[in-house]
Amino acid sequence: MTTTTCGPSSTAATGSAPAVTGSAPAVTGSAPVAPPGTRERTQRRVRDGLGTSADRPDGTPKVTGAFAFSSDLHDQRMLWGRTLRSPHAHARIVSIDTSAAAAMPGVVAVLLAEDVPGKATFGLEHTDQPVLARDVVRYEGEAVAIVAAEHPETALRAIRAIEVTYEPLPLLTDPAEAATTDPIHPDGNVFRTLPLRHGDVDATGDVVVEGTYEVGMQDQAFLGPESALALPSDDGGVELFISTQWLHVDRDQVAACLALPADQVHLTLGGVGGAFGAREDVSLQVHVCLLALATGRPVKMLYSRAESFLGHVHRHPARMRYRHHARRDGTLVKVEAEILLDGGAYASSSTAVLANAVCFAAGPYRVEAARIDGQVVRTNNPPCGAMRGFGVVQVCFAHEAQMDRLAAALDMDPVELRLHNALKPGDAIITGQRLTGTAPVREVIEAAMAHPLPPDPREDEPAIALPGGAGLTARREDVRRGTGIAVSIKNLMYSEGFDDYSTARVRLETSPDGEPFATVHSACAEVGQGFVTLAQQITRTALGIERVVLHAADTGVGSAGSTSASRQTWMSGGAVQLACDTVHHGLLERARGVLGVPDEPLVLEPGRVVDPATGAEVAIAQLLRAGPLEATEEHHHAPTSTLDADGQGDAHVSFAFAAHRATVDVDPDLGLVRVLQIATGQDVGRALNPRAVIGQIEGGIAQGVGLAVMEEILVEDGLVRNPSFTDYLIPTALDMPSVAATLIEQPEPGAPFGAKGVGEPPTISSTPAVVAAIRDATGKALTRVPVRAQDIAFGEAGAIPPTAGSTSAG
Amino acid sequence: MSATDATTSARTATSDRPGASGAVGPYDRVEVELTVNGVPRAAFVPPRRLLSDFIRHDLELTGTHVGCEHGVCGACTVLLDGQPIRSCLALAVAVDGRELTTIEGLAGPDGELHPVQQGFQDHHGLQCGFCTPGFVLSACGFLAEDPDPDEDTIREGMAGNLCRCTGYAGILQAVKQAAGVLRETGADPCARHAGRAADGAVAAGPESGR
Repeated sequence: MTTTTCGPSSTAATGSAPAVTGSAPAVTGSAPVAPPGTRERTQRRVRDGLGTSADRPDGTPKVTGAFAFSSDLHDQRMLWGRTLRSPHAHARIVSIDTSAAAAMPGVVAVLLAEDVPGKATFGLEHTDQPVLARDVVRYEGEAVAIVAAEHPETALRAIRAIEVTYEPLPLLTDPAEAATTDPIHPDGNVFRTLPLRHGDVDATGDVVVEGTYEVGMQDQAFLGPESALALPSDDGGVELFISTQWLHVDRDQVAACLALPADQVHLTLGGVGGAFGAREDVSLQVHVCLLALATGRPVKMLYSRAESFLGHVHRHPARMRYRHHARRDGTLVKVEAEILLDGGAYASSSTAVLANAVCFAAGPYRVEAARIDGQVVRTNNPPCGAMRGFGVVQVCFAHEAQMDRLAAALDMDPVELRLHNALKPGDAIITGQRLTGTAPVREVIEAAMAHPLPPDPREDEPAIALPGGAGLTARREDVRRGTGIAVSIKNLMYSEGFDDYSTARVRLETSPDGEPFATVHSACAEVGQGFVTLAQQITRTALGIERVVLHAADTGVGSAGSTSASRQTWMSGGAVQLACDTVHHGLLERARGVLGVPDEPLVLEPGRVVDPATGAEVAIAQLLRAGPLEATEEHHHAPTSTLDADGQGDAHVSFAFAAHRATVDVDPDLGLVRVLQIATGQDVGRALNPRAVIGQIEGGIAQGVGLAVMEEILVEDGLVRNPSFTDYLIPTALDMPSVAATLIEQPEPGAPFGAKGVGEPPTISSTPAVVAAIRDATGKALTRVPVRAQDIAFGEAGAIPPTAGSTSAG
Repeated sequence: MSATDATTSARTATSDRPGASGAVGPYDRVEVELTVNGVPRAAFVPPRRLLSDFIRHDLELTGTHVGCEHGVCGACTVLLDGQPIRSCLALAVAVDGRELTTIEGLAGPDGELHPVQQGFQDHHGLQCGFCTPGFVLSACGFLAEDPDPDEDTIREGMAGNLCRCTGYAGILQAVKQAAGVLRETGADPCARHAGRAADGAVAAGPESGR
């Protein structure tokens, strides 16, 4: 064992959740690859180190209520901020009269666009979104004015007392019309057009299948609404406690809009109640800081649930037209696709979302040729941006439906068809980029299919187990069962030449009781994924100590980048590792001095440094008597390139693969669905905390199942019709299928500890797997998600492939 | 920043709050006296004050979370006389004279976790943790009604709370484990955890399991 990773070869079995029944032997392909800087490594395992299912450090405070979410923050002198939002999806602001609001007792400030001292707009990629609308509003919920008052209800009444006269403007709500309609923004209506041409684009196949697919607007629906506390600081700057995914990009946008130097804007992560992409953009960050500076008092803002639905970006709705060409033996010849994403009113991360949709439009398959045309446009619909899966969710729904259509046309088992075309190491994806890392596509498919199917329904099963649940609506004799499979590829980290990095500071010292402990300082946003656990595990293993303290995530250390793109284990885990390596090196240097062996290769063991040649040893605590050891390191991933005019280039760092097999029961007459089981195989590189990996897989699948059968923000004429948890449904425990998961562990070259990010893949192919299973049960085409009851009861019939795996695995 | 000190005088807490000076709002204030986590508390509140706001802002017990504001998500679940209720759907004045248990009132006096809390910790029944207090208290109420549930019953019993992170598997396992521990010790699921030192029966449970 020469590397720090010491996970069991099959980690699924160690997951504590018994729903995880997977125990198929994990496939270990290439030999473990030692990450850089591991010349001298801990030889014996420290407790709760890498590869163990160590407990979360925030677990106890979260179960006792002691954990402070940003919504729990409080200051004795604080005011409450509130936002006035546009009721129109597109309108000219004729006039704003704040006099009545400003005159209300208890109201301290009312601010409009002209009160923004710095840059008037913000945005992740293009700064096209006004901090406060000045002359025009472009979506329902756009911020128009902000107030601060002594009491939250006073603030609410104050925004209602602001008189805004709007002149409605023509609505642009059909993304297909955006490119040819008069611009609704000075920057135009097209965020990005991305063509991709790969191989012989005029090639044709023996068999051609076509389809048109749609994905509705999904919401991240985290449980903790947006909230923050801003405090004016003595130097004229501002201190912001905020639940976010990326502290430093928030800071830079806040500083620009406030006309402050970045070092006068200090951000600290408040407890984050879930994120899933919705906290990557600025929502209330600038507003709450503006109010704090304008009033000279601490200001708290807290969105209501309805406001949260209007106040953050959503998953891009998509319309996709596909044509697959294949030879008689099933070999894919060409994939053609037109992909149109509705970006809504402002750019957010739309351009990057489109790149993902285009690059992965063909899925995890070898394709000789591809002709893909992608476009993401501006409309008067709600702005869309990051959500778990980030552009790949949309195309995966389409390409997997196409693969099933192709299987039907070829009269081929859909699993066989996928295995026949599965990418393997050395193959190229449609951007021309070769897979230089691991690519266990076959393995994830086989692992998903190897799980036993759920048992047949029992006669004595409670009615709640039927589709429709406790409503007793489905009759047992009407219920039909179906299974379906889907497979996905997802890029890890940021792409297209972005120099992504993360920073970590590690300090090793002794506590007053003489025991050594380390402090890890990273700006990585813990949003629930468990980076706090991983940072401790890495440090324990690397430094041979058990006590690891986590400094609050803040902007007092360099950027960690965003908690998104399945990137923090790789990027910030790598940064912690590098910083530990430097501290480790310092420890060994001191030990050589103490032991008098200037040239010996020493070994760090739990609590001590040992000279293996002589057996001489020195305690870490003793080495620290000379003072603490501290290092700050930046971790960059391997460089990537941009995409050329044909969408070709090595634009991505690494890829992760997953397969999902869904089993559903459906009442075809009533259109009711119960998802019984998702069996999955997932390419994880190495599972550094198997229990946390399983948690990501189960949680990601829940969101994929939600998109398949229930989750959609309904937008009519630009207006959101269901901004509540009564009307926007997310899966409950009763909606959630059992999950059988197998982790495929093939260490990824170049990845710290060989680990791949695991957060996104479960959300991606679980959706098309569920829909394939409903198709299998009903014979309906089901070209749109979420699948609605009427789509099942009244929808068109479609081409149905043989039941997934019935010939190969049956 | 957040205050969770259950011993703070309710009157002091109230008068220290922003807006409590009477500058805002035409509302009269009504005195509410109740027992919170075993401690007598009293506060003057507007008659329309939601119980969830009362708990968070007046009692300064911020472990009770508000996720949807209208009784769907269950994050604000508390125990009222041992029954789980949605504190966002109740008024503070309606709990006058009653006994309230919030998430802060479950762990033992020595900080030892209640078996339900321990279950969530052991089975990774949480990620972001925002829904966790509501789930824990819903589970306590559920186990008081059904001390020996099978897996389907647990699933149904926990279906009134929303979690967006976990996919529920760890939560269902947590409740299952807690049911076993509570059956073994005979402890009231809705009562503060006695701790090993305080109760012989409790002492036998976790120890014998190790």
